Parts: sequence; C-alpha cells; structure tokens
Amino acid sequence: MANHRKQNHRIFGLFADFEQAFEVIAGIRRYEVPGITVDDVRIKSPIEHPEIEDILGERPTNIPKFAFVGGLFGLVFGFFFLAGAQANFTVQPQGGKPVITIPSNLVLAYEMLILFGVLATLAGFIIGARLMRKRGPFYNHAVSLDQIGIVVERIDDTQRQQVRDLFARHRVIDVFEETV
Amino acid sequence: MSEAALKHLSETQTKDIDENIAWAKINQDVLRSMENPRRGYWIAMAISVALFSVMIYAEVYQYMYGMGAALLNTSHMWDLYISTFVFWIGMSHSGTLLSAILHLVHADWRKPIYRFAEAMTTFSLMTAGIFPVIHLGRVWNFYWVMPYMTDRGIWPNFRSPLIWDAFAITTYLTSSVLFLYIGMIPDLAICRDNTKGWRKKLYTWLSLGWHGDDRQWRNFRITYLMIACFLIPLAVSVHSIVSMDFAMAIMPGWHVTTFPPYFVAGALYSGCAAIITLFILLRYFFKFEEYMTFPILDKVCKLTFVIAMVWTYLNLVEFASVWYGHDIPSKEVLLAKAFGPYAPFFWGMIAFGMFLPFTLLSKWARRNMKFLFVVSVLLNVGMWLERWMIVTPTLSLGYHPWGWNIMWPGWVEWAMVGGSFGWFGMLFLIFVKVFPCVSMYEVKEMVFHRKRTIYEDVDEMMVLHKGAPTAAEAGSTNNGGS
Repeated sequence: MANHRKQNHRIFGLFADFEQAFEVIAGIRRYEVPGITVDDVRIKSPIEHPEIEDILGERPTNIPKFAFVGGLFGLVFGFFFLAGAQANFTVQPQGGKPVITIPSNLVLAYEMLILFGVLATLAGFIIGARLMRKRGPFYNHAVSLDQIGIVVERIDDTQRQQVRDLFARHRVIDVFEETV
Repeated sequence: MSEAALKHLSETQTKDIDENIAWAKINQDVLRSMENPRRGYWIAMAISVALFSVMIYAEVYQYMYGMGAALLNTSHMWDLYISTFVFWIGMSHSGTLLSAILHLVHADWRKPIYRFAEAMTTFSLMTAGIFPVIHLGRVWNFYWVMPYMTDRGIWPNFRSPLIWDAFAITTYLTSSVLFLYIGMIPDLAICRDNTKGWRKKLYTWLSLGWHGDDRQWRNFRITYLMIACFLIPLAVSVHSIVSMDFAMAIMPGWHVTTFPPYFVAGALYSGCAAIITLFILLRYFFKFEEYMTFPILDKVCKLTFVIAMVWTYLNLVEFASVWYGHDIPSKEVLLAKAFGPYAPFFWGMIAFGMFLPFTLLSKWARRNMKFLFVVSVLLNVGMWLERWMIVTPTLSLGYHPWGWNIMWPGWVEWAMVGGSFGWFGMLFLIFVKVFPCVSMYEVKEMVFHRKRTIYEDVDEMMVLHKGAPTAAEAGSTNNGGS
C-alpha cells in the first residue's frame, strides 16, 4: 500500500549530551511521534555507538560478503595463476620435483587470499559506507568535535513540530530543517 | 615539563587517561602537535636526514665499485644486509600486535598509542624492503622478482622462499598501509574541518567525504575488524616465511623446525621495545603527557617482558635441540658463537635480549622515562645482534671447509645499516608531523565508555542511598562537551 503522508521534510537536532540524544531515539522507538520509526532516524557522532544499535535495530552490512568473495578469489586465482605459470615454464630445471608444487603454491595462494580479501573489504567499505560522495546539507563541524546529531527524515508538517518538541524536551542545542 | 613535575606525574598518574578531559581539548592538543613540535623533533629529523645521506653516499659508492665494496664474498654473500632486513621486518610486527590483536581482545588502553605503532609497521616494511634491493647490486632490476610474464616466457622460481618473501611483504605492506589509512579516516575528517591551505586539500581528499553517520561508523567498525582479522595471520605468516629463508636452507644452525615461532616471537619482542622508545620520544616531542600516560607505558612494558620471556624460552629450546641433537656441524656453530670471534656479540645478545628485560619487573624502572628509553634501545640492540648472530656465524662455518672464513662488515655495510635508521626515522617523523599520531576519535571513545561505566556504577550506588540524585538527573554530560 502506498504511503500517503507527505514526506517532504528533514530535521536535524544537535545535542551536547549523548544520553539525552539516546533518549530521543528511544522516544522515537516508543512511537512518541506517531508515524515516525527508527528507520527514519540517522545519528551523526564523533565516535561510534555499538550500544545504540540495540535501539536503532539491526542494519546489516555486506562487508563480510565482500571479504569472503575477495579472499576466495585470491585463493583460487593465486593457485591457478602460479600453476599456469609453472606449467608454461618447463624450461626451468625441476630437479625431479613436480612441475606444479602444491606446498609452495599453497603458501603463495594463502598470501593472495589475504591480499584480495583486504582489497575487497576496502571496496565493500567504500560502497557500504557511501564514501566518496558529497556530504549532506546537515554536516556540522561540531559533530566531529564533541556533539551528536540526530537526523529525522521523511516527516510531514504536523510531525515536524512533534519532533521539535521531542528534541526540546531533551535539551537540543540547535535545530536545522530542510525541505526536500 | 620540568624534572620535578615529571617525577610528580610518574608517582601520581594512576589512570590510563583522565575521563574528564574535554573532547575539544583532545582535538586541540593533537592538531597542535602537527603544527608545533618541540625542538627535539627537528634535532631528530636532522640526525635522520644525516644518516640517510650517508646511506645514499654508500649506495652510490657500492654502485660505482660493485658489491666487493661491501666486503661481501663467497660464503658471506648476505651478512648485514639480510640481518638488517630481518630486523626491520621484525619491527613491523609492533603495529599488528598493538593494533590488531589488542583490538580484538578489547584492550582499550591501546587507543592513544596504536596509531604510531601502525605507522611503525608501514615504515619498517618500507625500510626492510630496501635491503634485498640493495643486495641485488643491479638495483634497477628489482622488479624481476615480481611474477610477471616476460617476452621470453620466464617466471620466477616459485619454490624459492625469496619469492615467498616478495609475495608476503607486498601483501603485508599493502594491508598494513590500508589498515593504517582506514583507521585514520575519521581523524582525517577532523583535520579537514580544522585546517587551511594545502593541509585542508590533502585531508579533504583523503577523508573521502566522511561525515560520521551511523551507517559509516557501522561499516567502519566491521571493516576495521575484518582487516584486523586478516592482518594477524598475515603477520605470523610473513615472519614465518622470512624464517624459511634460513630454515629451508641446508646450513648448520639454520635448518631448525622452531625457526618460524622463534622469529615471530623475536619480531613481536623488538616491535614492543621499539614502541616503548617511540612512545617516550613522541610524548616528549609533542607534549602528550595526558595521552601517553605512565599507566599505559607500564602495560606496554609488562607486555614486552612477557614476550621477551617467550623469546628467551624459544632461544633456549633452540640451543638445547642443537646441543642434544648431536648434529656435529650445528653444535660447532653454536660453540663458535659462544667462544669464537663473534662471542662478544653473541653474549651481548644474551645480555640485552634475555637478562635486560628483567629490569622491566621493577616499578621504578617502568616509571622512569630516561632509564626506560635506554633499556628499550638496548633491547633492540640485542635483537639486532640476534639477527646478525643467526646469519654470520653460520656463513663463516658452513659444511664446506673451503668456505670457512671470518668476515667483519666494512664501512659500506655499516653505513647502510645506520642509514636504514635514518630512512625509517625520516619517514616516521614526517608522518607524525602531517598526520595525527594520536587517534582523536578513539581517545574520545575511551573517555566516553570509561566515564559511562563510572556513571553507571555511581547511579547504582545512588539508588542504594535513596534521595541522592543520579548522575543523569544531576545533568552531567558524559562527553566533555560544551
């Protein structure tokens, strides 16, 4: 069913007290602003908050998949690359040893597993964290210093005041708004 | 800081960090360090540049007159170049230990000091990588070691541990640079927001548009954890592979099965000792008394002592296995180390590597910066001697009597060894001047979580004593914010 409410506002509150900011998120979780859920909330903070994920709910990331695929590719590619090179380099004296030497290739394939695993993890991070993009309009230098910001998205005119009231109850120090 | 103030601080500083430190002050202190170091910083930089210049001169001389200028000969084809290569690879393990392993075990005291340890890893590897290239003689052909298809269809010999070295070190360097860089991104964003000119452009480019929302932090946390998980087995494999340069060779004293763990323990040991040295230097250069505290130094010293004992044990195991193994040539090499021409260096290694760490058991020693600085440097002298005593005595007393000779390094080799410290010092000092060497966001996290724990404990106590307001009710902010 289509969502009929007007989703044309975005509001950003800046808090000096982290516990108060967490209370705001908990309030939204308790549906203190009808129609707004934690899925509409983002926090901006100078530090990471694993503890707040209990309130925000699980937001999965694909980085372990990137790491797994990268590592697997490195292992398989590394082994076959080396085996292919050895199979095409029969001029080299082998001294009675096999042309494709599994123990030594395993050492090198292990290194390739890690190299490609790390590179793929980095790629996953850049994609997953949405890096290398323009920062949003609500970026505030205070967030990289000692304050925490809460962004509530997709709100309509009536909800806007309710969100402002919720912010005010928890000692917000500044509020910014944007109409999308 | 005056002598009396330092002494007072060493006696009174009991916490890893002061939880009440304002977050704005953390930013200010670290950003100031990038602009305004003490004069000692510039003296250290001048010494490093001078040493590096001597290395350049020696390399040009060796290039003009050939490898004979380094006094290398038939049986002594590696000598100090490979010894110093192994030493620097060992130093590189500090970052992995302090950052990755302690991160996985949630040891939060690592947070103010892990950044420079990670930088040490990167620059140690860049220093180590110089030595195989110098040793080639024809330095311009160094890329032949990489596995690429030539028009003659020639590939490197993948069965050689030297090729394993090339793979392992390339992987380790790439991974450690990325680990260092990713861990710095939130701090680069802080630098971006607080600098001007070329610095702002550099940090804007490097911070990749970081703005610190929960999506970024979540992905950041998992990425950092994943790379830490990759790095730990990688670090173990790198030094194991370096040990195989020796262990895979059929030479007396080298063909030992305990070499991989022995090398890894030695690497962690010298890395930890180097962390103590640089801890003391950075603390002085940048006035980081509030971040690089005595309790943290105390923990690093204890960690160093434990690893020193592991290394000592493995050393004794190696001696015992040679002694009781009845492999006569290996036994002769061991006896020649102890009583032959290299004996002073062998016993120097024993004294500095095995006995000197016991001074770290003394609380007075762990709280005395000057003493600790000297001890940490001597520990690494011992570890450098260890590498030299692995390489040279065996080469001077191999299986073939026609190859028996005593070799003393000439000025070219010594210049290269000294110059490597200059090269490392130069890179490291440039890094700490351009990038934050204390992780601002991690120090904030450390302060935040420790303070929160205190408040939770206080609140519980307040509930027990009815009527008293809890910390939250009293309106305390827990982030040192404005």
